[in-house]
Amino acid sequence: MTQPNRLDNGGRIDRSKHLTFEFNGRRYKGFSGDTLASALLANGVDVIGRSFKYSRPRGIVAAGAEEPNAVFQLGATEATQVPNVRATQQELFNGLVSQPTSGWPNLQFDFLGVFGSILGRMLPPGFYYKTFMFPQAAWETYEKYIRKAAGLGRSPRDPDVDTYDHLNQHTDVLIVGAGPAGLSAALSAARSGARVILADEQAEMGGALLDSRETLNGKPASNWVRDALKELSGYDNVLLLPRATVNGYHDHNFLTIHERRTDHLGDRAPANQSRQRLHRVRAKWVILATGAHERPLVYGNNDLPGCMLASAVSTYINRYAVAPGRRLVLMTTNDNAYRAAFDWQDAGREVVAIVDTRAYADGAWQDEANRRGIKLLKGHAVIDAQGKMRVTGAVVAGLNTDGTQLTGKGEVLNCDTLASSGGWSPAVHLSCHTGSRPVWDDDVIGFVPGKTVQKQLTAGAVTGCFSLADCLADGARIGAEAATNAGFNAEPAAAPSVRCRPETRPMALFCVPHYKPNSRAPKQFVDFQTDVTAAGIELATREGFESIEHVKRYTAMGFGTDQGKLGNINGMAVAAKSLNQSIPETGTTIFRPNYTPVTFGAIAGRHCNDLFEPKRYSAMHEWHVEHGALFEEVGQWKRPWYFPKPNESMQQALDRECLATRNSVGILDASTLGKIDIQGKDAREFIGRIYTNAWAKLAVGKCRYGLMCKEDGMVFDDGVTSCLAEDHFLMTTTTGGAAGVLEWLEFYHQTEWPELEVYMNTVTDHWATMTIAGPNARKLLSELTDDIDLDRDNFKFMDWRQGTVAGVPARVFRISFTGELSYEINVQANYGLHVWEKLFEHGAKYDLTPYGTETMHILRAEKGFIIAGQDTDGSVHPYDLGMSWAVKEDKPFSFIGKRGMKREDCVRDNRKQLVGLKTKDPSIVLPEGAQAVDNPNHPKPVPMLGHVTSSYYSANLGRSIAMGVIKNGHKRMGETVHYPLVDGRVVEAEICSTIFLDPKGERQNV
Amino acid sequence: MFYIYCPYCGEHREEEEFHPKGQAHLSRPTDPDACSDEEWGDYLYFRDNPRGLHHEIWVHAIGCRKFFNATRDTQSYEILETYRMGDAPRVTHFTDTQKS
Ligand SMILES: [Zn+2]
Repeated sequence: MTQPNRLDNGGRIDRSKHLTFEFNGRRYKGFSGDTLASALLANGVDVIGRSFKYSRPRGIVAAGAEEPNAVFQLGATEATQVPNVRATQQELFNGLVSQPTSGWPNLQFDFLGVFGSILGRMLPPGFYYKTFMFPQAAWETYEKYIRKAAGLGRSPRDPDVDTYDHLNQHTDVLIVGAGPAGLSAALSAARSGARVILADEQAEMGGALLDSRETLNGKPASNWVRDALKELSGYDNVLLLPRATVNGYHDHNFLTIHERRTDHLGDRAPANQSRQRLHRVRAKWVILATGAHERPLVYGNNDLPGCMLASAVSTYINRYAVAPGRRLVLMTTNDNAYRAAFDWQDAGREVVAIVDTRAYADGAWQDEANRRGIKLLKGHAVIDAQGKMRVTGAVVAGLNTDGTQLTGKGEVLNCDTLASSGGWSPAVHLSCHTGSRPVWDDDVIGFVPGKTVQKQLTAGAVTGCFSLADCLADGARIGAEAATNAGFNAEPAAAPSVRCRPETRPMALFCVPHYKPNSRAPKQFVDFQTDVTAAGIELATREGFESIEHVKRYTAMGFGTDQGKLGNINGMAVAAKSLNQSIPETGTTIFRPNYTPVTFGAIAGRHCNDLFEPKRYSAMHEWHVEHGALFEEVGQWKRPWYFPKPNESMQQALDRECLATRNSVGILDASTLGKIDIQGKDAREFIGRIYTNAWAKLAVGKCRYGLMCKEDGMVFDDGVTSCLAEDHFLMTTTTGGAAGVLEWLEFYHQTEWPELEVYMNTVTDHWATMTIAGPNARKLLSELTDDIDLDRDNFKFMDWRQGTVAGVPARVFRISFTGELSYEINVQANYGLHVWEKLFEHGAKYDLTPYGTETMHILRAEKGFIIAGQDTDGSVHPYDLGMSWAVKEDKPFSFIGKRGMKREDCVRDNRKQLVGLKTKDPSIVLPEGAQAVDNPNHPKPVPMLGHVTSSYYSANLGRSIAMGVIKNGHKRMGETVHYPLVDGRVVEAEICSTIFLDPKGERQNV
Repeated sequence: MFYIYCPYCGEHREEEEFHPKGQAHLSRPTDPDACSDEEWGDYLYFRDNPRGLHHEIWVHAIGCRKFFNATRDTQSYEILETYRMGDAPRVTHFTDTQKS
């Protein structure tokens, strides 16, 4: 297979290494060193996609990150699909498979194209808002097709087979970009001994020097690059990162670098290698040497395949030995772009004409064009490209000196390639990321980085300095400055000598005028990826969008995956002209992270699957697994949910666990409850300020339940706190609330009451906690301890004792969350499993039954005990819960929450209050969250009374039970409310006490 | 992501180790019960939202667990100082060079 556009000589490709690849279902050949884009151009592939809105054929425009059209879906298998890959940045490898992401269903004939003229009118600027947003439901239908037709790529359906790493880096100087300025800066900084990271998005460092015609120190520029890299790679203090895009510049000099380590090797990474790395860099100083992007000129049909950036033409010829056509017309506003025509001619191809928009252009470059015999049309512009699937001609007309009007009649030049250059836009993207706004510079004809608070310097073309000699010298100076700022003794590296050719001043021209008004002229594209035209922007301004930010949102300019790298400045120029004001008056352009799309793999790194989140296991976890427990996650803990026996349904298991506990004895792993050890002479006073109830008289050896509120008076956690010694307490919290409560305690101690002598620390993981509950709990425990007096009058309910259980030191708390006789045994965590197993050894005769969180919930609900966070939601105070007994109003210190719960809204009538609920049909279990109403036949909207917070089937009671909040519920005992359910049923329920079982508490006082 | 100097640890650490805890230098009324609903509401809910200097509390949550104060420019996100609980801020207005 031939590559019709491949040149016989030159380029930085390896012609001995043939590669085969696939695009859009067809196979092609290329060479090692190609990008996917250069290989496609070499093969003469003109149409690589269809445009977003108008479905026009599109070709490759650029050679770097700014490419708007050649954005592909990569991947040979489902698991290795990668969307949004710029072909210009993807190195070719053998077996590469790529698909256009736009142009569904295919490039030649497609959905939007068929309806072209109809949809064309349907899709004016703002079409998202005008056409599809209403009704909302219709948008959901359209969106699928729009996304598909728009070419936004798709994510893989199979799990990613590759691994991705995160690396944290600290450095003295981070240099972004290894072009002439970046390399010079790196030499200066590296020689001082400063730690330097030099990152560049390309496979080869050198930037513009790699396709330059210039000589440095009398030798090809690439020789100087080679020597510089050789020196840099010899330093231990330098990290060179090629194929590494600095994608985000975040606060306090934190930058993220997306390094593609194996994307050039194959569809997936070689064994034992991570595919990509995300470097998280904290840099003392940052040098942005990000260069500049060439700006295309805007003219009629400027999106036809064959229309390219002038610099891209040079790059394809010099780096890849590809001349992407036969007959070139070059339109330019500056001397620099003449390079493209000279390269074209040197490649043995025909330069039809250089169309220079400047009548005044008369210098060294024009002399060379004349010497080369190239037709030079000064004071002219291309107003239209001709052709259907590829450029076949260019309509050229005279242009007045300020570029506002055409002079004379148009002339058609036959050509197949139309390169344009409107000058260079500094790549200010990263400097924008931290909120710094770029500033317009009339001399640069572009935005340059604005003032910043970051420790950031800029060097080279990003500052608007476009001469090679200046970039080299600037880089050397800035590199030394950054290293000096970071505390090193640095001198600017000597810059190589460059043969300078003087340039005639460029012309500020963005959109070429047409004979017809823009609205009637052939479409003049500003943003290729989002299909925004000059006429579209003018329409937006006519419709009253004067702020450039509004124009962008209305037209979608800059909203593609390329963030409008090519089009934004041209778009602003069109808007400015239409609004009759200058570009700086119109606004500025802001880019946001990331500079180019980053894979989710790189963002996630290793934080996926088992490493997504820490998992916490109790000391008895393995036992639970062996005994068939199913688990639920509570605040990162894996808690046994219930322990089904073979062939047992969930409800059957719960019924069995509940009955066994109430009839004999059950056991719960309660290790996950938060435990906070509180010590110090003021510990008691501190606890009294935090909890709503009284703590002044709690004796050593006693426990007490407490409610914790926020300052607004609303309950946020609860638990039992025990007095271990006069100056020593152990507080328990909910499993999920433990960390938050500790931080809350510290906050009050450190910021409000530092005078209190109190110390606290988490001891949650130090203890394994097992609760045995049920009428046989005492008998069971007595078999395992001989130094704790379990007599009912010596070890009372809400007492705790220190002693030995199963031969190990233990704290035993006689507290109960089930209403049964219950002991909570705490032992050092590493004894946990031993004690647990001993309990089962002795418990067999009592049918000791392990239960999980679900049975725990049912048993506590039978007793009306709340769960903070389930029966409360931050809008419920203790009185709403009917727990006034847990509020001691006359404590000397105004405890947290006291004032809050006295606010007008907290003491009003008709607050939602927690009540018990019994369904009329005892077999119906209300869904949690169901809303109560008085009259289900009330016209909509039906006034709602409150929702169900807890609801279960109770085997002990042989019926369903529920708790919920009801407006004024405490005064509505015995009344009936209705719960209309999603499935249409309406369930009747009677309001009752929350205590369904043993209201006198006799079961635990035995 | 911020780079925060913990005045207790004496080191710069990554923001991931810290939690922000809101506006600094607010103290709990000494006699809450004497506050009107409006005064208590002010204490509970109303906070400054300045464009510019803001004194705020942070806690070195995954570190020394100490609460401290920071003076931060809410526009540039620059942290101009951190200081211990109970200390007064030294930066209370922008100097000319700091104005963003
Ligand atoms: Zn600290």
